[in-house]
Amino acid sequence: MSGELELKLRDRLAKLKRLHLPGGGMSNEVRRIEQQLEEMGNGDERDEDEIWRSVEFARHPERPYTLDYVERLIGDWIELHGDRARMDDPAIVSGLGSFADRTVAVIGHQKGRGDAVQRVKRNFGMSNPEGYRKAMRVMEIAERHGFPVITFVDTPGAYPGVAAEQHGQGGALAASQATMARLTVPTVACVIGEGGSGGAIALALANRVLMQQFAIYSVISPEGCASILWRDAGQARKAAAAFRPDAVHCLELGVIDGIIPEPKDGAHTDFDEAAKLLGKSLRSALDELKKMNGKELRRDRRARFRSYGVFAS
Amino acid sequence: MASRIDVSIEHKNSPPEPGGSKKHPNTCPKCNSHYRDDELAANLRVCAQCDYHFPVGALERIEQLLDKDSFIEEAADLRSADPLGFFDLRSYKDRIAEAELKTGLGDAMLMGQGKIEGLDFQLTVMDFSFMAGSMGSVVGEKFAQACERAIERKVPLISVNASGGARMQEGILSLMQVPKTVCAVENMRDAGIPFISVLTHPTTAGLLASFATLGDITIAEPGTLMCFTGPRVVQQTVREDLPDDFGLAESNYRFGHLDAIVQRRELKTTLAKLLRLFGHVG
Ligand SMILES: [Zn+2]
Repeated sequence: MSGELELKLRDRLAKLKRLHLPGGGMSNEVRRIEQQLEEMGNGDERDEDEIWRSVEFARHPERPYTLDYVERLIGDWIELHGDRARMDDPAIVSGLGSFADRTVAVIGHQKGRGDAVQRVKRNFGMSNPEGYRKAMRVMEIAERHGFPVITFVDTPGAYPGVAAEQHGQGGALAASQATMARLTVPTVACVIGEGGSGGAIALALANRVLMQQFAIYSVISPEGCASILWRDAGQARKAAAAFRPDAVHCLELGVIDGIIPEPKDGAHTDFDEAAKLLGKSLRSALDELKKMNGKELRRDRRARFRSYGVFAS
Repeated sequence: MASRIDVSIEHKNSPPEPGGSKKHPNTCPKCNSHYRDDELAANLRVCAQCDYHFPVGALERIEQLLDKDSFIEEAADLRSADPLGFFDLRSYKDRIAEAELKTGLGDAMLMGQGKIEGLDFQLTVMDFSFMAGSMGSVVGEKFAQACERAIERKVPLISVNASGGARMQEGILSLMQVPKTVCAVENMRDAGIPFISVLTHPTTAGLLASFATLGDITIAEPGTLMCFTGPRVVQQTVREDLPDDFGLAESNYRFGHLDAIVQRRELKTTLAKLLRLFGHVG
């Protein structure tokens, strides 16, 4: 790492350390960040172009989706359908399978690839409340039988439709998080594409949150932010640079625990390699959680989310 | 792609926001009756002609609901930092300073202890006029502390909500307030503390996806817009006319998402009844 880069990195960490973080749980995060940034050799300020590259890769039509990773990483896969009340939402997939020599539950947003028919069928990965209710149902199976839960987050957001609202979209997003907060099994969330706002967090209240190198995670889409702030969705690039949805920024803030490396030119260039790297990170995250019993896992998860916030001192 | 957090709350049937309308803020948007400020305050800011519920600020809400002088504010000094150095048309710091001046509040939520008919509880009240009641670090922190204090003091929590959603100027950390408050509610639930959520116009987006919908009891004032995505964005997405009562409390009640719609003049007695029924904990 060059001298100049190192200076910038030190400056950045100093800034992070100065932020008043209640709960005191963040000093580990700072150490973790230092280590990760060193490893990645990526201490440079990410400029607008680099951040926008993440946005484009995260939404790349050829990017691997949840079922692509399931196919490559999960053995004995059986998909479980339906929320047992209204319907089966194809924008979220869930099921049981084996990973690292044990049974796991896998839940993830699912986008359709290829022609318009396929993409519409999956509703572009935007779930209705029924999708989140299916997710909760499968989480409860995992809880009853002691299976770790792995989630894959990849959605522009929860679906903004009339029926979605009538059937309680907001309440379903909250209930899904509440269910995750109650689990006594290990949980790992991986943001593998777009981590869009409420629709994303509904599957991401986990013990460990990982993010692929070119994934994005944000409170609002760049276009949405731009159209509200500047009344011009065309300013999306500028908006993205302002709120920085990229993985490095999320790691700096302690919002994620680690960055999962991708093939050099993005996960879409080599599904097998991307899956291998993802599998490795998943395995070590689950290994780390083996130390904790059910009560500790639940406490760890809630304490983690309790710590977020920055205040003027 | 349409935005998920819609901070512009607007609807053909929903009451216009204060300042967003050309009408005087004391003129009823539904029937055009005009009131002196003291008249309107004396009627709990409800139109005497048509029952339209005008918006109520946090301080006035406390006056309306609580026993006189029973409110003891807590965590009053919490203020937001500016983690992103966010600048849109003005800097985030300027926007906060301006909202403080306008409302006299430190952020969009007041938190503390209070009493109704002598019954003790923990309270959070939101104020939509402070940056559209948006939830950033301070709102999230105050709510989480309110849950913790309710557990410590073994009293119920009442939260009176009004919010446009997450405060995007705080970036991803504002989104993290959503799971943070959900975890706080879960801790409260484990401790057997009753939680009453009151939705007032408007309570949308990030608030609806977090603590506002997690009450043991969830009630709303008439005409409250309570949707995850705002009508404007939904309309752009589905490109068809929305139902007349889209996202309103009345529609949510019909679809089973609310325990009751409570008129403002009955809110205090309803809350007193609930506090009596749940009793005190421990
Ligand atoms: Zn009127």
